[in-house]
Amino acid sequence: MSRQSVARAHQKIQELSWEPMYHQPVSQYGTDYTFRKAQKKDPLKQVLRSYFPMQEEKDHRVYGASDGAIRGNMFRQVQERWLEWQKLFLSIIPLPEISAARAMPLLFRNVPNPELHNGQAIQMIDEVRHSTIQQNLKRLYMNNYIDPAGFNSSLRNFQNDYCGTIGRQFAEGFITGDAITAASIYLTIVAETAFTNTLFVAMPAEAAANGDYLLPTVFHSVQSDESRHISNGYATLLMALADEGNHQLLERDLRYAWWNNHRVVDAAIGTFIEYGTKDRRKDRESYAEMWRRWIYDDYYRSYLVPLEKYGLVIPHDLIEEAWNQIWNKGYVHEVAQFFATGWLANYWRIDPMTDKDFEWFEYKYPGWYDRYGKWWENYNRLSTPNGHHPIVAEDVDYQYPHRCWTCMVPCLVREDMVMAQVDGQWRTYCHEACRWTDAEAFRPTFQGRNTPNMGQLIGAREWETLYHGWNWADVVKDMGFVRDDGRTMVAQPHLHLDDPKKMWTLDHLRRMGPLQSPNVLLNQMTDEERAAFHASYVRGGPAGRFARSE
Amino acid sequence: MTTATERSVPKPVFTDAEAGAKEFPDSSARRFNYYVPQKRKQTHYEDVTVEVQPDPRHYLAQGWLYGFADGRGGYPLEWTALKAWGSNRPVPSRSPGSGGQGYEWPAHGWHEFRDPNEEWELSLYRYNANVVRQVNANVDAAKQAKAFEQWNPNWVRFVQQHVGAWMHVDHGLGLYLFANANRRGPTNMHNTAMAVNSMHLIRAAQDLALYQLTLDEEIEGFFGAAHLETWNSDPSWQGVREVAERLTAIDDWAEAVFAANIVFQPLVGELFRSQLVMQAAPRNGDFVTPTIVGAEEFDFSERDLRYTAAMFDLLANDREFAEHNNRILNGWLANWVGLTMPAARALQPLWSQPDSKPIRFEDALDRVKSRFAGIVEDLGLELPKELDR
Ligand SMILES: [Fe+2]
Ligand SMILES: [Fe+2]
Repeated sequence: MSRQSVARAHQKIQELSWEPMYHQPVSQYGTDYTFRKAQKKDPLKQVLRSYFPMQEEKDHRVYGASDGAIRGNMFRQVQERWLEWQKLFLSIIPLPEISAARAMPLLFRNVPNPELHNGQAIQMIDEVRHSTIQQNLKRLYMNNYIDPAGFNSSLRNFQNDYCGTIGRQFAEGFITGDAITAASIYLTIVAETAFTNTLFVAMPAEAAANGDYLLPTVFHSVQSDESRHISNGYATLLMALADEGNHQLLERDLRYAWWNNHRVVDAAIGTFIEYGTKDRRKDRESYAEMWRRWIYDDYYRSYLVPLEKYGLVIPHDLIEEAWNQIWNKGYVHEVAQFFATGWLANYWRIDPMTDKDFEWFEYKYPGWYDRYGKWWENYNRLSTPNGHHPIVAEDVDYQYPHRCWTCMVPCLVREDMVMAQVDGQWRTYCHEACRWTDAEAFRPTFQGRNTPNMGQLIGAREWETLYHGWNWADVVKDMGFVRDDGRTMVAQPHLHLDDPKKMWTLDHLRRMGPLQSPNVLLNQMTDEERAAFHASYVRGGPAGRFARSE
Repeated sequence: MTTATERSVPKPVFTDAEAGAKEFPDSSARRFNYYVPQKRKQTHYEDVTVEVQPDPRHYLAQGWLYGFADGRGGYPLEWTALKAWGSNRPVPSRSPGSGGQGYEWPAHGWHEFRDPNEEWELSLYRYNANVVRQVNANVDAAKQAKAFEQWNPNWVRFVQQHVGAWMHVDHGLGLYLFANANRRGPTNMHNTAMAVNSMHLIRAAQDLALYQLTLDEEIEGFFGAAHLETWNSDPSWQGVREVAERLTAIDDWAEAVFAANIVFQPLVGELFRSQLVMQAAPRNGDFVTPTIVGAEEFDFSERDLRYTAAMFDLLANDREFAEHNNRILNGWLANWVGLTMPAARALQPLWSQPDSKPIRFEDALDRVKSRFAGIVEDLGLELPKELDR
């Protein structure tokens, strides 16, 4: 269709929306935001007559590339180090995608502008597209990559693994709680507008550098829908800003959504990009460099800051703090180290770092070796069974961390750990911003104002607690992360597949001491013990080191 | 949004990471092992759909993480009054040392539903792209053949007002009933099927709107905005409008889908589309409108009704709650037939408007009633007496 006829077509379909005369559509999701009814323009201007063939055409390219990858034996040159992390990533991401589809109806009754609903419905079906196209990519990996373990049990693993639980916030945050907080601020204004860049642009580039050119095809196709969704979010945000009464809620939600996305997305994607790659050319950007450009410059400086003039209170402090975490406090390195510490509780294999990796890290993050080098040497030394335990149970000067009750990533930057008694339980938080999210933001009142529609943080949020007192072999068995011989583990701290003696089995785990939940222990302490514990914990690190005795 | 900048890629290295390159535990375990297929073999559709939406009753060990203000998270089964076997078993509770086990998969009967249309990304875009291509081609061919010139003024009026009015039904139900329902079903299979249904209707609404745009260009004196007045105030349409709005007001997602696809579409949708427009158009020299309305009819009768029937059939024959479900379904049936029949009857004046009359209204109504009776019988439900009031 010509541009002119698209414009006319779009004009015409505006006639479709109508005001109910007899019955209002059901109202099932509450919000504390208020919207004034005003004529709005549909920011998408998408007509299904051109939309469906356009998407079908994009599909042709994706599925053509899939066939090509198989015919061209792509897997002969794919790096296992990289593809193993896809077992985690592709187990998580179809849920956030489909959750974004599910989130759209939260907006229908709360944003009373029927012109926007057309765009929301198109986003809904875009998200169905993303979810199933990604699920399909995973299926292709399972069928064609050397080690299907972890792909073949993907959606069960994801549901009972603590990494899956961390990732699930990036889905459940879209669909529950205050409808605008969830479906607009958390989903479109922060997750899509800020963080899909790292997910769908940075990640694919790294995949290509590791021999996988299929993932970029799929994810660029996904990302090409994203600008539409960003427009949806922007239109809703401007409407919310029009009402002064919303400003306090916007400030709250932007702080929560920004910080939670940083904690969750930077943890996962940062780890994939920095520790899942074999590309150690010095001219390739580090995650920190990409973050600075895409999130700090493109999102924060170019997208958020201009909104300040409309009254949006921007969490400048938390944005600077996220950067501080990534650049000065080693957030991504701490997370990768923790994932590798707990390799046995996962469902993918984690390749040890080599001298070549060390060199690159030192070049990109000066001081890296002093902090993390020794530990990764230990990881390498302990990677194949030889009478010792997995690294988590060996003495490598690593204090197993407490969970952050809010973001569920552990409290890895030790000095930032905050402890508080909330809802009758002693909880640990990775940072004051996570304490605030739990204790102040997700509450039925906020700064003296009633917020009856605000959601709640629920669930059994510390994974370790479920297995308090269990033998590690039983833990892994309970989660189902065992291969088809009934004893070899899915996870391995190395990439050797050909030598059975190098593979860890449940028998090796049987000899370890029981798993202890840090949170259960914390709650058993006397007040004095707890205070002493906290004082010592915050003096620990970096790289999980115990506090030096004074 | 940032666009991808070209990044140089290191030279490929031979890694031999291909399936079959080595033998080790799990090396040939190449199927998703966390669900049981409906038939003998796992289908592509099942692989990309099943279990994407988690369930705390089987694998979701730590439970839902975010709740609404009332503390409920995820997809509460109580969002419909219907039940599938296992629904009454409690969600496993977690405590220190509880472990993460739930019930064996599937924890309850809702997980047994499969969309017989096997809709997912690939199928839904292919199908809808084909429909819009077909519709475009038909309209273009008609334009070239000057087919619209044969229309008599009464038929032009009929199309601008009444065929036009129907787009509002499609649009309203597509957005506020079916798209809305995609947040509420207990499994990914339910919600994806309902999302696809929603797009059929929204597309059909746009097909009709854009068709009007063409008619505006092709037919002298065609008044493209006439449908608004018809929808807003023509007494023949107010019954349909009242029921359509009432459908969007239903809280129970299953009731909404049932009322729309089992009752309203067969008794009003097919009455209007198949028994009126498709019958009257050719007699009045119009061979184009039936192809557009027919596309929508095909969506409903071949796809949307199909998944809906499969969905409710499972519940009507549930091994634990068949009786409970049948009682509720029969109640819905009586209630919605009672509400819908007057709306169907109110459309009667439309039958006398074209110059060349379609089949008699009463005959048309008899046809849809017997079609409806067949659908009800297939589901093993009771034909409500409201049908003949
Ligand atoms: Fe998406
Ligand atoms: Fe946190």
